[in-house]
Amino acid sequence: MKGWMGKFRALGIFGFLMLVLSGCGKENLSALTPKGYGSKAALNLINISLGVMIFVFIVVMVIYAIVIVRFRKKKGREDYIPPQTEGNKALEVIWTVIPIILLVIIAIPTVAITFDLADESAADESLNVNVTGNQFWWHFNYEGEEIQTSQDLYIPTGEKVYLNMKTSDVLHSFWVPALSGKMDLHPENENTMYIQADEEGVYDGKCAEFCGTSHSLMDFKVIAVSPEEFDQWVEDMQNVDPEAQPETADAQEGQQLFQDNSCIGCHAIGASPAATGPNLTNFGDRTTLAGVKEHTKDNIVDWIMDPESMKPGNKMADANYDVSREEAEKIADYLLQLQPSDITPESAETNE
Amino acid sequence: MSTAVAQKKGFGAFIWDYLTTVDHKKIAHLYLVAGGLFFLVGGLEALLIRIQLIKPDNDFVSAGFYNELLTMHGTTMIFLAAMPLIFAIMNAVVPLQIGARDVAFPFLNSLGFWLFLFGGLILNCGWFLGGAPDAGWTAYAPLSTVSPGHGVDFYVLGLQISGAGTLIGGINFLVTIINMRAPGMTYMRMPLFTWTALVTSTLILFAFPALTVGLFLLMFDRLFGSGFFNASMGGNSVIWEHLFWIFGHPEVYILILPAFGVFSDVLSTFSKKRLFGYTAMVFATTLIGFLGFMVWAHHMFATGLGPAANSIFAIATMAIAVPTGIKIFNWLFTLWGGTITINSAMLWALGFIPSFTIGGTTGVMLAAAAADYQYHDTYFVVAHFHYVIVGGVVFGLFAAMHYWWPKMFGKVLNETLGQITFWTFFTGFHLTFFIQHFLGLMGMPRRYWTFLPGQHLETGNLVSSIGAFLMAIGAIVFVINVIYTSVKAPKVSGDPWDGRTLEWSIPSPPPHYNFKQTPLVRGLDPLWIEKMEGRKGITPAEPLDDIHMPNPSILPFIMSLGLFIAGFGFIYQVDNLSYLWLVILGMGITLGCMLTRSVKDDLGHHIHKEDLEKEGAEQ
Ligand code: HEM
Ligand SMILES: [Cu+2]
Repeated sequence: MKGWMGKFRALGIFGFLMLVLSGCGKENLSALTPKGYGSKAALNLINISLGVMIFVFIVVMVIYAIVIVRFRKKKGREDYIPPQTEGNKALEVIWTVIPIILLVIIAIPTVAITFDLADESAADESLNVNVTGNQFWWHFNYEGEEIQTSQDLYIPTGEKVYLNMKTSDVLHSFWVPALSGKMDLHPENENTMYIQADEEGVYDGKCAEFCGTSHSLMDFKVIAVSPEEFDQWVEDMQNVDPEAQPETADAQEGQQLFQDNSCIGCHAIGASPAATGPNLTNFGDRTTLAGVKEHTKDNIVDWIMDPESMKPGNKMADANYDVSREEAEKIADYLLQLQPSDITPESAETNE
Repeated sequence: MSTAVAQKKGFGAFIWDYLTTVDHKKIAHLYLVAGGLFFLVGGLEALLIRIQLIKPDNDFVSAGFYNELLTMHGTTMIFLAAMPLIFAIMNAVVPLQIGARDVAFPFLNSLGFWLFLFGGLILNCGWFLGGAPDAGWTAYAPLSTVSPGHGVDFYVLGLQISGAGTLIGGINFLVTIINMRAPGMTYMRMPLFTWTALVTSTLILFAFPALTVGLFLLMFDRLFGSGFFNASMGGNSVIWEHLFWIFGHPEVYILILPAFGVFSDVLSTFSKKRLFGYTAMVFATTLIGFLGFMVWAHHMFATGLGPAANSIFAIATMAIAVPTGIKIFNWLFTLWGGTITINSAMLWALGFIPSFTIGGTTGVMLAAAAADYQYHDTYFVVAHFHYVIVGGVVFGLFAAMHYWWPKMFGKVLNETLGQITFWTFFTGFHLTFFIQHFLGLMGMPRRYWTFLPGQHLETGNLVSSIGAFLMAIGAIVFVINVIYTSVKAPKVSGDPWDGRTLEWSIPSPPPHYNFKQTPLVRGLDPLWIEKMEGRKGITPAEPLDDIHMPNPSILPFIMSLGLFIAGFGFIYQVDNLSYLWLVILGMGITLGCMLTRSVKDDLGHHIHKEDLEKEGAEQ
């Protein structure tokens, strides 16, 4: 039995190697290049089941090939009538019992890993983040830390971070393939899962439950930094002064415009839990705009002027504000200088 | 036969004939044409989807329109193409295979068809009335309850009406197969296709009510202000997921089992062998049907039901692979030792085996719950279910059409065109879907309007889109084949394939009453038995006598039309209460027809012995 299992595993790894060799997937997105606890466990299970299934497929295909080659109607024997076999007990027992054994081989690790990934025993001592899904953006509230962010989730490497997830509107699903499998967000109950990044990095996250017009544009990032860097980040975020005055005159005007046009009504800066729109406390440190666009000033201005064209159906399109392009540029200046911490996605990418 | 009649009676009479027919053979034609047209519509939607995904950041269609396309593609293909095409084949074949003159409830048979058609029309009306459904074919709440406009209302009412048609059709076949078998046709002598039709009808009977209930709740949430799925009113969105999948998982077996039946008959006929392990095949079929009700939550592994529920459903799901595997090996050993003729029908059956094996094996991979956290709602799942539904159900329908076309229309489909269809479609199919397994694992969720550049998803999507066009070419060649055959091909005998089962013992297409004398069945593959004993046809079980046949009726059509009208009333009364008049009008029409039907005796008519003798002499 053990020997067989080894062979199946080898086959699975072989299949996996083929994928990697053919250059499949972006490192920080693909489930095939796991960087976290959940994704590694899942890939293990994928490999075991893939190995067993490749074995099954080969058996079927060998019989299939023999049949098609050997038993075609032959010239000169058109009238041949083959024996009308009814069946074969021994064969039928074989192809009932062997598949059962193969399935048990898959079932055991399936149950083990499924329970392991649902283990909440460490939740109390761990970092807990309350995740809210919204059409079409993500909000993260660090429990007990007085920190709120949107779109970018900072976590320390090497430890479990528990996510308590709920949606404010329709269903969403939190998925960071390189770190872990996904879990849905429901409006009535909190769902809990944990993620653990084994390496620093900026990991792409996606919404995986159909949530409406801009479902495909609901990307987010998980930024895994070393525990020391994370502590630093926490401190910086806790010490943010939401009313701090920007340095340049344009940005100062931008700050005023941000207040006057009631942007602040939806977008909190600082640890206020209000989150009608994404929290912008560390907006200047983001790497993407609205999850999917390049984080440039031009794009930000375009966004303010016409959010609908960048992310159809998003709620800012209905918001009641009126700014000129020039004003929007000033607001962009203000937002881009919101960089409360030295710990940024770059810190995650330039390991140490 | 029907075309000849049409020429004699004129076009109007021809249409009237089909509007009122209760003949299972003509209802099969209706299902075939309607299902075929919806299949082309669904295919067109698929092409638009694949054009949109041919390159990153594409804006060939808008995000909102894309969501309508993906919703309508799935809904159309499952409910308006695959289901009716299966009913087409069941109607054309099942009564003949059991030696019956019609189904148990011919009137209901017709009603089932018209309900399906009018339901399908309502579903598609959204395109012209301000927006089609856009919450996915699974219509998860609360997206489906908050989706603005009337799109999802068309989904709810359309599916409710066509679902009633399906339920009626299922009950009808259940009773037909249980009650109308010819003398000697015991259960364990029924051809596998009839067996699968029986099990599928049972699944319809138990699965569709769950959908009906779900749709009713959704309808009340959307149109009458209830909050069954609305968390802020104390409702629960997960209930919809359960109701949908308690229906939805059996539904996929409702689709695949008849295809299994087709392959069993085709493989056995063209390898000139009895089906290997017939008894095991029958038990595998019923076991799959039974287990099919125990596994719905494998669609909800990411819902957060907890590790215990996930593990139980994972193991139950894996268990289904055992009877499925039994079937695969029995088919292979039916071929083993046979003398195999490869023609179009057989090509589809042979193409099915590797394709479906891939779909089944990815199914087992999906069943591993913790791994499914990665696959779920990605292109991996899209690949899986297209492998089983296209590689299984659609291949099965193609095989069935090539195999039974002569029985339905008296002509064999053109072989060259048939082979061209197979090879383009088969190649296109694997090109489109194989690579999607990898796309999913590489991080591409399903139902995505666009994907971003620079995430290594470009090549896979391009390949997939190219494959889709090949499939389209294959489908078009098939349509050409149908037209070409009906114009050019010569008539064939009643038994062009050297068949084994009862349907091949009567002329093609069969006369109105199918069997002049009810056949006597003496074993599995009854026609083959007679042939082996040197007889030409089946021994009759009764002397020639008058035949009692049901009368045609326009009532099923009008009843369905009534519900169609009422459906619009329900949808639009939200905007303006005076639309309630449409509800009253429509329901009045339907209930009036029901009343008429109940009080008016319709005893059918007789075909007299003398006429039958005359016809016999002509032949
Ligand atoms: C060995 C047999 C099979 C197994 C073990 C299996 C397993 C599964 C599982 C676990 C899923 C859920 C994946 C997810 O959403 O994450 C799934 C999805 C699906 N399967 Fe299968 N399956 C099998 C055969 C079939 C067959 C025969 C059909 C249809 C003819 C089918 C049609 C589907 C469809 C339509 C979906 C996705 C529905 C949706 O989410 O839109 N499967 N299958
Ligand atoms: Cu299923």
